[in-house]
Amino acid sequence: MSIYKKSVCLLSGAVALGALPGASVAGEFDGVTVNILTRPGYVIAGRLAERGKEFEAATGAKIVVTEVPFAEIFPKIQNDWSTGTNSIDVGVFAAGWGVELDAAGLLEDMTPYIEKDTKLDLDDVAPYFRDFGQKIGGKTKLLMVDGDFQMVYYRKDVLEKAGLQPPKTWDEYLDVASKIHGQDMNGDGQADYGLCSFKKRNAQSYFAIQTIAAPYVQTMGTAQGFHFDGATMKPIVNNEAWKKALEIYKETGKYSPPEELNLDITDMRPIYLAGRCGMFIEWGDTGPLQLGADAASVKGLLYAVGAVGAKEVLDRATGKLVPVTKENAPHSVDGINYAPFAAFGGWAGAINAKADQKKKSAAYAFLSYMNQAAQSGVDVTIGETGYNPYRNSQLASTDLWEKAGMPKELAENYIGAINGALNNLNMASDMKIPGAAKYTSVVLDTEIARYLAGETTVEEALKNIEAGWEEVTEDFGRDAQIKAQALALGTGQ
Amino acid sequence: MIGQPGIPPAGSSRSESWGEWFDRHSRTFFIAPAVTLILIFAVFPTFYSIVFALSRVRFTGDGLSFRFVGLQNFYKQFIGTEQVHFLGKIEAMDAFGLVFFIAVTAAVFWWLYRSLKTTTWIGMAGRAISAAMAIFLAWVIGATLLSGNPIGTLLTTLFYVIIGCALQFVIGLGLAFLCSQPVRAKNFFRVVFFIPLMITPLGVGFAMRMVADSSKGPLLPLFNLFGIGSWIWSADAWSARFVMMICDSWQWIPFIFICMLAALENVPRDHVEAAQVDGASSVQIFREITWPQIVPVAVTVLLIRMIEAFKIVDLPNIMTGGGPGTSTESMTLHSYYIWRANDFGSSAAIAYLLLILTVVICASFFNYVVLGQLRKARG
Repeated sequence: MSIYKKSVCLLSGAVALGALPGASVAGEFDGVTVNILTRPGYVIAGRLAERGKEFEAATGAKIVVTEVPFAEIFPKIQNDWSTGTNSIDVGVFAAGWGVELDAAGLLEDMTPYIEKDTKLDLDDVAPYFRDFGQKIGGKTKLLMVDGDFQMVYYRKDVLEKAGLQPPKTWDEYLDVASKIHGQDMNGDGQADYGLCSFKKRNAQSYFAIQTIAAPYVQTMGTAQGFHFDGATMKPIVNNEAWKKALEIYKETGKYSPPEELNLDITDMRPIYLAGRCGMFIEWGDTGPLQLGADAASVKGLLYAVGAVGAKEVLDRATGKLVPVTKENAPHSVDGINYAPFAAFGGWAGAINAKADQKKKSAAYAFLSYMNQAAQSGVDVTIGETGYNPYRNSQLASTDLWEKAGMPKELAENYIGAINGALNNLNMASDMKIPGAAKYTSVVLDTEIARYLAGETTVEEALKNIEAGWEEVTEDFGRDAQIKAQALALGTGQ
Repeated sequence: MIGQPGIPPAGSSRSESWGEWFDRHSRTFFIAPAVTLILIFAVFPTFYSIVFALSRVRFTGDGLSFRFVGLQNFYKQFIGTEQVHFLGKIEAMDAFGLVFFIAVTAAVFWWLYRSLKTTTWIGMAGRAISAAMAIFLAWVIGATLLSGNPIGTLLTTLFYVIIGCALQFVIGLGLAFLCSQPVRAKNFFRVVFFIPLMITPLGVGFAMRMVADSSKGPLLPLFNLFGIGSWIWSADAWSARFVMMICDSWQWIPFIFICMLAALENVPRDHVEAAQVDGASSVQIFREITWPQIVPVAVTVLLIRMIEAFKIVDLPNIMTGGGPGTSTESMTLHSYYIWRANDFGSSAAIAYLLLILTVVICASFFNYVVLGQLRKARG
């Protein structure tokens, strides 16, 4: 950890005492232990543990962070809470996963706690994360520690040298990649890649395909959704829009590292931080990550566009692609429809409804402490934490980012891209319905992987995704899923 | 000692009768804890998982809820949405696949016909099950692999088991044979060859992932030397499967090696020396003297290794996540990925299909190969 980051940690610790929720007082939670379960490694978990020590010093509550492999977080929490084991008090996981837990009555409603909390300031949380990420059925059941959506990053120096503009559409994304592919982008004498992708199966490849598909499918705002027809829960996937998205995704392989089918996000990051990628799809982490010591060759050079769009969109009645107009895509800009995809939706903390009241109070106080601007404003500027901005105050000016070592021009671009996406009324929401893991990380992921590997044609892949999603919907009950989808997209009660 | 009822034998006391009673039942007492543990931790879960395999399982606020769905979780593996994943892409067989299927079917029926004269009806029932499995597998192989279509997790698992175990057996036996010869430093080599078996499968997975890294792995200079530096093994289905099998072999050859070394060292030296005096060549000595004496151990070791190979999961999970596509995914990994998404019913169904496959293939191998070789060895 750099001297800057150490200083930041010390300073943030010093302000800890003054930043606790309004109701918390020193020693209030003496003897209380809050067990938190989350992902492994420093990313997400590390900062929880560090802030936990500050919190313990201030309130007496001991914060124990347990780490399990990413794929086991949800099953472990669901198992622990629904079987009454209750060894976990707080789960920190994808905001979208909360819906399935809440449907079984396992999540504590935080509304009464928030009403007494004078320091949380929920109005400062960006509307998408406050209303779609933290709330389920109109009640706040989670508190964000991270705000996630995918953007497209590009090497400013490489594009400028080639006389190219950052891509506005996915077709342009491929076009720009083809023009810069093979150039030496880091001065090591080796040909580098027009773009980089992470397409490993059973990893996070299925997010990128949704980032590409969203602007082709969703045109009428977040509440429209882009996976299902809200009235029938019929998948909107076997059509020309998703076909185009899949074809683009496969086409990116021409300009990507040859081992892309076996690369996860953690494998791709060292490649782009070594200066070998002209463009790539990534979460907000890249902004601060490029300031690290291991990113010397790209420091200050990775710029972002909040969303890449499409000039054609899906006509849901016919399943065909049609040109963008103000009628079929009212949020479009200059004939391009944008739908930034809230991939994963951000990491958020939820409290076990069956935990002891004392533990629940301490757990809420800790989550509030993590979420408050005083702490999160620092944490989101440190790349290694894995936390991305989700509060307006973190995006209102470049001060925080410049303090973290970001050049002003880059900071303006970074927060500009995020603000642009967060304020987009057509932001595409990640799945937030029961069975989301089966729909995406099993059915979608498997079929995408098989298509990319050449096992199936694009038509077969789309047909299989549609059949797989229908089966999951039938399993969970169509009517129940229609209600859940309406709640998730904010159209239900 | 037999006494009259109600009258203790002369000279006996109450404590002696307790001691005798304990002696009579001691075998039961000693074995009871082990049997109880096996019942609790092996037999009960095996039977309880049938309930899962026949149900749709959901987490609720009060634990698990089960909805009976009959054989639906099995059905979809063969005919429904999971067919391509499990069996492979089943399309019209081309000529090569059809010839293979007909040849295997004809051979199986001929074998059954010949068995009619020599086998009991219980033996025929067992043979019928083996024959049905052979014909089914021949149909799947003919319709997918031999017709140029992608294979599913069923055939991928069989690839790891049959091709992998055969490779491991040949190399393991070869190394054991070399180490049984009077060569210098053979104890050193014995230890070196045995090391991979002592590493946890997870450790092997991560080590192999680093070794097989096609962009900066330690083998890259070697690949460059042979002009295959740009070869990306993880991008092609069959090269990925072969890499997986080679990595698995690296771990398991030592098992074959150590068992076969013990068998080779038990071959009486005087038989070999007598053959040498008679002028037999090394190949003749191995074929006529050594092999018949080690074959009971060889087939038993192969059987144990096959049972273990059916469960391969760590390597493909760590190295490729089952990819590219589903090409390196074994049935165990298939079951695990579905379990991870909380679809316990489908996961249990695949686990049962794996159990049936393993039992039928291994029992057939035991009955028709192992027992045959053992009878032959006994003369």
